[in-house]
Amino acid sequence: MIDAVGNPQSLLVLGGTSEIGLAVAETFARSRPLRVILAGRPGTRLDDAAQRLRGTGSTVSVLPFDARRPETHAEVVEKAFADGDVDVTLVAFGILGDQEAAWTDIEAAREMAEVNYVGAVTVGVALADRLRRQGHGSLVAMSSAAAERPRRSNFVYGSTKAGLDSFYTGLTDALAPSGVHVSVIRPGFVHTRMTHGLKAAPLSQTPEQVAAVIVAAVRGRQEQAWAPGPMRWVMTVLRHLPRAVFRKLPV
Amino acid sequence: MQSRRLTGWGRTSPSTASVVTPRDRADVVDAIKAAGERGVLARGLGRSYGDPAQNSGGLVVEMTGLDRIHTIDVEAGTVSVDAGVSLDTLMRELLPHGLWLPVLPGTRQVTVGGAIGSDIHGKAHHVEGSFGNHVLSLDLATAAGDIRTLTPDGPDADLFWATVGGMGLTGVVLGATLHVNHVETAYFLVDTGQLGSLAELMARQSSGDENYVESVSWFDAVTTGKHLGRGILTRANHATVADLPAKLRGAPLKFDAPQLLTVPDLFPSGLLNRVTAKVFSELWYRKSPTKAGAVQNITQFLHPLDIAGEWNRVYGPRGFLQYQFVVPFGAEDTIREAVHTIAHSGHVSALNVLKRFGAGNRAPLSFPTPGWTLCVDFPVRPGLHELCERLDGLVLAAGGRLYLAKESRTTPDALQRMYPRIDEWRKVRAAVDPTGIFSSDMSRRLAL
Repeated sequence: MIDAVGNPQSLLVLGGTSEIGLAVAETFARSRPLRVILAGRPGTRLDDAAQRLRGTGSTVSVLPFDARRPETHAEVVEKAFADGDVDVTLVAFGILGDQEAAWTDIEAAREMAEVNYVGAVTVGVALADRLRRQGHGSLVAMSSAAAERPRRSNFVYGSTKAGLDSFYTGLTDALAPSGVHVSVIRPGFVHTRMTHGLKAAPLSQTPEQVAAVIVAAVRGRQEQAWAPGPMRWVMTVLRHLPRAVFRKLPV
Repeated sequence: MQSRRLTGWGRTSPSTASVVTPRDRADVVDAIKAAGERGVLARGLGRSYGDPAQNSGGLVVEMTGLDRIHTIDVEAGTVSVDAGVSLDTLMRELLPHGLWLPVLPGTRQVTVGGAIGSDIHGKAHHVEGSFGNHVLSLDLATAAGDIRTLTPDGPDADLFWATVGGMGLTGVVLGATLHVNHVETAYFLVDTGQLGSLAELMARQSSGDENYVESVSWFDAVTTGKHLGRGILTRANHATVADLPAKLRGAPLKFDAPQLLTVPDLFPSGLLNRVTAKVFSELWYRKSPTKAGAVQNITQFLHPLDIAGEWNRVYGPRGFLQYQFVVPFGAEDTIREAVHTIAHSGHVSALNVLKRFGAGNRAPLSFPTPGWTLCVDFPVRPGLHELCERLDGLVLAAGGRLYLAKESRTTPDALQRMYPRIDEWRKVRAAVDPTGIFSSDMSRRLAL
């Protein structure tokens, strides 16, 4: 259960090696250690992540999860809930890939769509079912500022996040009567493995900063949150620029 | 049956359950038999602050449909009621007969079943003990689907005392026979003491309680410096007819307790802040100068908050939490340190209570034990977790405990240390409900 001051007792991270996901677990654990399930591709990276989290006093388990095998997602979610209620579930997997390959190479485009969109939707359906039956809990999905308006430099990634964003925004309303809270998080540029080597955009964030936004969204039951907060107003302006102007911007 | 979002009175931690409202005992038993894997739980008027009357994903039996008063024996001072009767309804029925409920909490809007499940207490605890002390017998619908009549000293005494204070986790209380007191009037003779510091307040409160049926203090938890913890001590006895002014003597048992308004649900969070709390505390302190023998009615003395329905809405959508603990006599330093910690925390509380409890009862999970109880309520905002953790530390170090009817955020470990007899209670519960079909959000959160 999530208590009156917003401490969850359990957390499921889908994308168990995600730096943002781990930072969220650490942020919750700083207030109170909790039970964490890291679902991701088995291997040393996942095991190392679990080990690192155990240092917070939390109880950590790992669960094999492949975003590209949607037929397994219902089973993965069932397993994640096998040891009891899960209070916070975080959809934190995704790939950025090579943006030029993503619109010129069929396989690269398909992989991005399957991981970032199809996988997020199938996992979302399974989580929604489980959380509804449970009657409480929080579902947090990692969208992106890139979901707001396609840009030449990363429009395939942006298109997958736009799809994810729409799905989870709609799910927010669909689950409201069942008491399940859904939050869609839209970070700007975040310094992670995924963006390593890329030039940081303005208002860039660390995973810890994004985690603070996510934790506040869970505690305050916010349905949508930007990281950082002012990113919302930047994107509002950008979204309304004429295309002729927008495409000339160095963003 | 309908799916409903439920919270406690503090409006934190919402969850959704299927809610049924039975009309009779058979309906309750049917509901218990229909419970699925997430179990079943009775709910009364939802006045506990945290999550003990919620059962997320499961079944909640709303008991307010079982609301009959069966018999009143005026001479013997007993009354038999359904569990869903509110103390408000019951008082209105009893007073014309010159009968009075010995244990009344800060609101009358609680059911008899809830009063038993939380083993509630009131300003008269040092004389009357808690609610369970006045239950002569109760009927409990159990997990097996049978109805058992339990008494405090009968063959099922263990189950009786596990049900008193058992937070609804031993079964569903269907009805009870209660012992009530005789009174001449519905009024109190109130002595008020305005005391300029916590030390003076506690010193005055530490002697003389035995001369009064009712005794409680309000204290200021926002003013720092030498007036830290200043407060108002009010103590009272039931007025006799002879005590009343002439104009009240005509109807000495008149129930003078209207609900004048319902608070609309439009307040933002953050309305109670440092500034408004200071203003409130200043006014509250000044409005009650030292005075002896004032005649006050039920609302003035016992239940000022019952004038407004849904007053919890004033705290806004993020809700609030009540923090109530008791520490043994001798741990006065803990009270002082707690008040100091609260006043300097940046968190504000306006409705603060300090009282000396009398002897406890036999129930393993009953809250009151001899000592000082302190109660504060905080709007939920960032940093409140840390403050409550510090207070938990003080309470645990002094051998004290938190009140489950108000608890909403502590840990299973802390609770285990606060209630040394909890395993005894668990044993009785496991015997009557081996598969644990009675469950609540609180029982999941605290691993009860």
